[in-house]
Amino acid sequence: MRRVVVTGLGMVTPLACGVEPSWRRLLAGQSGASLVDRFDVSDLPCKIACMIPRGDGTADSFNPDDWMEPKEQRKVDDFIIFAMAAAQQALDDAGWHPTSYEDQTVSGVLIGSGIGGIEGIAESAHILRERGPRRISPFFIPGRLINLAGGYVSIAHGLKGPNHAVVTACSTGAHAIGDAGRLIALGDADVMVAGGTESTVNRLSLAGFAACKALCTSFNDAPERGSRPYDRDRDGFVMGEGAGIVVLEEYEHAKARGAKIYAELIGYGLSGDAFHITAPSPDGDGAFRCMTAALKRAGLTAADVDYINAHGTSTMADEIELRAVERLLGNSAANVSMSSTKSSIGHLLGAAGAVEAIFSVLAIRDQIAPATLNLENPSVDTPIDLVPLKARSRPIETALSNSFGFGGTNASLLFAKVDR
Amino acid sequence: MSDIAERVKKIVAEHLGVEPEKVTENASFIDDLGADSLDTVELVMAFEEEFSTEIPDDAAETILTVGDAIKFLEKNAG
Repeated sequence: MRRVVVTGLGMVTPLACGVEPSWRRLLAGQSGASLVDRFDVSDLPCKIACMIPRGDGTADSFNPDDWMEPKEQRKVDDFIIFAMAAAQQALDDAGWHPTSYEDQTVSGVLIGSGIGGIEGIAESAHILRERGPRRISPFFIPGRLINLAGGYVSIAHGLKGPNHAVVTACSTGAHAIGDAGRLIALGDADVMVAGGTESTVNRLSLAGFAACKALCTSFNDAPERGSRPYDRDRDGFVMGEGAGIVVLEEYEHAKARGAKIYAELIGYGLSGDAFHITAPSPDGDGAFRCMTAALKRAGLTAADVDYINAHGTSTMADEIELRAVERLLGNSAANVSMSSTKSSIGHLLGAAGAVEAIFSVLAIRDQIAPATLNLENPSVDTPIDLVPLKARSRPIETALSNSFGFGGTNASLLFAKVDR
Repeated sequence: MSDIAERVKKIVAEHLGVEPEKVTENASFIDDLGADSLDTVELVMAFEEEFSTEIPDDAAETILTVGDAIKFLEKNAG
């Protein structure tokens, strides 16, 4: 199969708009969490979230006007605007702006979202009930459909290759990058713009996840301390929002045009728990099998893993993943650093796997493992370095990024330095 | 210019994101102002909202220019 490399990165996170400022703030141990002030949370058990720093575009804030015409923004939910921003950044970073028919038709898009335009759906449902069907906008449907993130991106950048989307809850971003890599490996495309996007910081989503008992509720008075994977005081995830998008490219194609190559996507594994709609299987077997599959695809063993970006949501599932990783690593567990960057940016749901894949690629580039913030009192003993509180410089040749979603859907991506 | 004409032009400029100078009575929504078929559906909804009137689908299909909208509304609205 053809080799697949990463040649462009883009992101909008609760830390910043842009890859480098987000990464810088992540390594500095900053948290993106705060009290929600965009809507009423007085009757919600969880009143905190990690929100995009909206602003005029200065100081790394997110100004939607920088990425999409105001008249277009009106028609879509935020997840599409986030995707437009991250995709533009990634394509600019890759220096790939296809204009010829040949270049356009080998360039595709595969952007997913866990939930899509839930806010616009909720608003339109109100309009339907109160004012009737004639008041429903013609942009209601195309502005909420999950694959329209990719649709808008493809139109803006002339991407005429595969036009696909993934919807696998919190594994979406990882599946999108993994599947896009396969399309390149199998020759369906030479370049893919791939990742995930999510805009679920709204009343309905918080109420829904609160009903699932999945959200952090004990830290409303100290939002930055709420997301604390592996810590004994953790009590649920902190919702995030944003997008992560990469440009994946066939290795020879990237080399031939002299592209900057961040890393190679050497492995991708998928599995299902077949256990419960929201809870992971307690034996962690699904997680174990998708990590194993990613290593097998790469022709590596567990001893070759240096860094793991954990799914680590700051819920009861943390320990299940940790045990699965211990099972995978066996005797090499003590050589591995594993952190959850959700401790800083919260849980970006469908965008999480993509943003965390980018952090994994940057960990390889800069030879540093970002920290697990708020890990003050580990809930269990483990030989694995969970990188508590402070980022740690260390050799990183390979990085594994885990994502697990509602429905028992698991994905692992394995990245490595090119030409190790 | 009638009050109705002014209100119609304002809605068109806002919804289509075009300079107010371009919104002349002869301007076609699709050919001159960059609208697509979905934009025109939304424009008709905006006219209905602004003028508290209902524009039937067969009438909406004949509203292709700014002037068409003004004429229809001058005849049928409040």
